[in-house]
Amino acid sequence: MRLKTGLRLRSQVCATEVIVVRPGSSEIDLTCGGHPMIGSKETPADGLDLKPELASGTLLGKRYTDKDNEIEILVTKAGAGSIADGLAPLLLKEAKPLPSSD
Amino acid sequence: MLLDMAATAFGDRVALGGRGDGITFEHLVRVSAGGATLLRSSGAERVAYLGGNSTAFPAVLFAAATAGMPFVPLNYRLGEDQLDGLLGELHGPVVVCDEAYQDVVARSGLKVHRSEEWLATAALAEPSEPVEVDDEAPAVLLFTSGTTSKPKAVVLRHSNLVSYVLQTVEFGSAEPAEAALTSVPPYHIAGVGTVLTNIYSGRRLVYLPNFSAGAWLRLVAAEQVTSAMVVPTMLARIVEELAGARAATPTLRSIAYGGARMPRPVLEKALAAFPDAGFVNAYGLTETSSTIAILSPDDHRTALLSPDPAVAARLSSAGRLVPGVEGEIRDSAGAPTGPGEVGELWVRGGQISGEYLGLGSVLDADGWFPTRDRACLDPGGYLFIEGRADDTIIRGGENIAPAEIEDVLIHHPAVKEVAVIGLPDIEWGERLTAVVVPAAHATPEPDDLRAWVRARLRGSRTPDEVIFRDGLPYTPTGKLLRRQLVAEIGSPTTYERT
Repeated sequence: MRLKTGLRLRSQVCATEVIVVRPGSSEIDLTCGGHPMIGSKETPADGLDLKPELASGTLLGKRYTDKDNEIEILVTKAGAGSIADGLAPLLLKEAKPLPSSD
Repeated sequence: MLLDMAATAFGDRVALGGRGDGITFEHLVRVSAGGATLLRSSGAERVAYLGGNSTAFPAVLFAAATAGMPFVPLNYRLGEDQLDGLLGELHGPVVVCDEAYQDVVARSGLKVHRSEEWLATAALAEPSEPVEVDDEAPAVLLFTSGTTSKPKAVVLRHSNLVSYVLQTVEFGSAEPAEAALTSVPPYHIAGVGTVLTNIYSGRRLVYLPNFSAGAWLRLVAAEQVTSAMVVPTMLARIVEELAGARAATPTLRSIAYGGARMPRPVLEKALAAFPDAGFVNAYGLTETSSTIAILSPDDHRTALLSPDPAVAARLSSAGRLVPGVEGEIRDSAGAPTGPGEVGELWVRGGQISGEYLGLGSVLDADGWFPTRDRACLDPGGYLFIEGRADDTIIRGGENIAPAEIEDVLIHHPAVKEVAVIGLPDIEWGERLTAVVVPAAHATPEPDDLRAWVRARLRGSRTPDEVIFRDGLPYTPTGKLLRRQLVAEIGSPTTYERT
């Protein structure tokens, strides 16, 4: 799929919800727990299970990125699945906070 | 979304108010949900807030968001007629206000809640489920300060504010003991920004309703405040209050300033008074959902210590653009300028609104917003703001930014405050008039001040006249009221001319 800044997505097999902070420039097969992520207001398909090899969990408020550090996905609700590009888990991004300005 | 995330992660931390008696993040969610029920029962479409800095302000802000209603903080210092006008533009909002303004609002026939009462009732009211609204729906309507034109309501969408927070703040990055002190009023974009960014960081918010330098210093100490945001006029009063002494504020690690130009002597005194605090210069507009450029504590230190004049000059800059915001300097024909050339600053990004209620968007076809600020970028990407394009003085066909001359005059030991304005002139079109507030016990000579400028700037920058006054007119948020000054000085009998 093609991501867009501000797009909100949810997992079909766990509580994970995310928002796209940086969409990157190429297509991505964004999954969580081994299944495609869907729009935050869409209903998950029946009969899907969390794949054990993609069940490391997501962390609230953390940013995830691909190996080229092109995209940035922020977790707004934590869950049991791992977010991945297809079956390749995304990487937890190190925080570089700006100084507080207001 | 932002508050829910915070409540999930650190629900039992204090979010608002005193260390001992404040409201926790969890309770803030409860108050917002109950408050949403109260707001929705009014049948109104918008929520206006008319009051000072207090716990009620963020609570109403989040309740309005929960209710899916745009939130409109109003300037409580406006006169009754102006307030009536703004309330009229909002088509019958439900109003939450401090007791002092209750009568004014009641006379307009609107549904009104007193803020303290509202807060108590909200905590007990049936909680509402959050109303799902589109990300592109308006979240906050904020009237601009109107120093250069009639106040206009800027439309800040959920997507603008969320973009600002997610791009510039790290979730839960505050330590449990951190606290932020807000002294800017709720109707200022920094007042709104501070709620969102600190709640998202997990940092407690402490409010000072009526600013005075002494009260600010006492509250920082009493509440063990770790970060604070002030406008330049406030910082000037704080360093004046300290009178050269070091501040006794051991917990204070960060002081952010913005909202108007910071006079360099004030900044230098503040750096000496708060040697352990990092200083942050934040530049932004209402239309850009608060901060779009930051001069960090490291930038301040580097500039102070650098032997390279180009690097040292950055102490007067607004720093670099924040992630997610692009900037470009364009000339009057709209073409991009080279490094160091002055033109108008245009910006683009998710947090940029550029839209006014009833007037539509001023973004160009590619999403760029003209800030109306004259600025330049140095080769390192540091942004220097000269001032509003509307303040430019045209003397003998030459464009002159008042700030250039003000920055020189403010360093004269006999000058405490200064404004340079253009007054109508038969020969020059506009003549350069420096309006000076002398330093205590100083009696500067106009010719000395003119010579001071002539020695440092091009001849065309030398003020044609110098006028002395006891004070200059500012908005309570520190913006110089240039047009008022021009109007006041237009009556020559009031002031001694030279």
